[in-house]
Amino acid sequence: MAMANIQVSETPLVLYALRRADDALILGHRLSEWCGHAPMLEEDMALSNIALDLIGQARELYTYASKVEGRDNDEDKLAYLRDVRQYRNLLLVEQPNGDFAQTLVRQFFYSAFADLYWRAMMNSRDTTLAAVAAKSEKESAYHVRHASEWLIRLGDGTDESHARAQAAIDHLWAFTGEMFAVDDGERALIHAGIAIDPGTLRGRWLQTLSDVASEATLVLPQNDWMQQGGRAGRHSEHLGHLLSELQSMQRTFPGLTW
Amino acid sequence: MYTQALNTAETDDRGLEDAAKAAQFQARIDAEERIEPNDWMPAAYRKTLTRQISQHAHSEIVGMLPEGNWITRAPTLRRKAALLAKVQDECGHGLYLYAAAETLGTSREELVDAMLAGKAKYSSIFNYPTLTWADIGTIGWLVDGAAIMNQIPLCRCSYGPYARAMIRVCKEESFHQRQGYEIMLTLCRGSDEQKAMAQDSLNRWWWPVLMMFGPPDATSQHSDTSTKWKIKRFSNDELRQKFVDATVPQAQYLGLTIPDPGMTQDADGHCRYSEIDWTEFKQVLAGNGPCNRDRMAARRKAHEDGAWVREAAAAHAAKRAHRQTAQAAE
Repeated sequence: MAMANIQVSETPLVLYALRRADDALILGHRLSEWCGHAPMLEEDMALSNIALDLIGQARELYTYASKVEGRDNDEDKLAYLRDVRQYRNLLLVEQPNGDFAQTLVRQFFYSAFADLYWRAMMNSRDTTLAAVAAKSEKESAYHVRHASEWLIRLGDGTDESHARAQAAIDHLWAFTGEMFAVDDGERALIHAGIAIDPGTLRGRWLQTLSDVASEATLVLPQNDWMQQGGRAGRHSEHLGHLLSELQSMQRTFPGLTW
Repeated sequence: MYTQALNTAETDDRGLEDAAKAAQFQARIDAEERIEPNDWMPAAYRKTLTRQISQHAHSEIVGMLPEGNWITRAPTLRRKAALLAKVQDECGHGLYLYAAAETLGTSREELVDAMLAGKAKYSSIFNYPTLTWADIGTIGWLVDGAAIMNQIPLCRCSYGPYARAMIRVCKEESFHQRQGYEIMLTLCRGSDEQKAMAQDSLNRWWWPVLMMFGPPDATSQHSDTSTKWKIKRFSNDELRQKFVDATVPQAQYLGLTIPDPGMTQDADGHCRYSEIDWTEFKQVLAGNGPCNRDRMAARRKAHEDGAWVREAAAAHAAKRAHRQTAQAAE
């Protein structure tokens, strides 16, 4: 017997917390896939560290979503018993690790945003989200530094590393627009001072990117056509495979304590 | 995590070296002084320790693979975070063991190359597969438990950097061991299926774990020199017995059966285990364990796939240094 999906009452605030929790979990899971296989031991350590920060953020946000929802959907039910269509993460974070350049560019795009986002969210009127933000901001400041330094090394390293880094930027660029999109539910939270408008962060995000790209001798794409859908559960094909691995124990052995 | 008593000391060649220095060296060892990197030491002592510490480091790094196999499938978020942190700890152990080995004059690159070329050993236990979640519990409980038995005496090893590394490693390992036991306890208090999973895991790992202590004393070679140099303080069989005596009551508490129907208990409390299948041990050491090829292939792949990244980092550092020199000259 496989365990059925849970149903979540996605009020705007529950959905808001879930989306950020899903971002953190999926990206943390992706990074954890490197553990034992990184280009050098120092990066096995660093990528695991970042993964641990993100999984920690996910747990806090799931727990909060669960509390706001007020049903019995705890962090593990939210993580392990929702399927692809119920996941609300950005398309960017579910993209496969690819080579080291692709992993680092994905991280850089996300962390450069997350750093600004969490810093702004420290002023949220929602005290739990503000507290999560205060912790996450410290972590993401390190994440963005780690990714920036690597991007500069790769861009301004060898011809091969430059080509790989540029290819990763070109490949992942279309997944960045989603970070700045807002729907009606979120707009209400923004008006209430609970959420911040991510659109206001785009200028500074672009500035960080172009500063690093310029030092790395890399070029940011000009095309502005962006993929969308993750926030509404319309994902790439990659997410299903990730979830089937992530959820395999809970789906195979339903309802047990581990 | 895991040294294995595979290490055989180099032949004592003090006769070829300065006899007075050698006598002074041995006197310091006898007085329980620590030998430090810049101190004079016999070439054989250096070689023995380089081999032992690097084998230990390789074991930590290869040991990330069987446990890493479950990071993406851990059954809860708490378990996932704990397992990831644990495997990260093993990596950290590997890093500072390589650093300790480097103090003896061989670079990490050379040591890693020897491992990837199949010239250096790592603990035989990592050539067994992790098939179920219970294996993550068993590895923590038994594999880390056996490693702790081996490593506690190494905290007093005569070579300072190794001894100090072991103090920190042992602290983390005992945390891992408790974590592993707690996974087993949860399984054993769970459903019939979970209990069966725990028992099956113990059945598969018990004998390979006993082999971690190395060949029986009767067939072990050269351990005299390691003992005289205070690198090794207890024999393989002594440590194995200590481990069995400590573990049997833990298994009983879990309600699990040690897969050794011939096990007896002495009047003095020692649990006497049956004959170990040393043919299996030799086969695994010879490269024929269930996962030897997979483990080596995974390490080689990580190394080869990462080559362009390491080259890029080196090239960038060189460019940066060049630019700084050019700027300074202006």
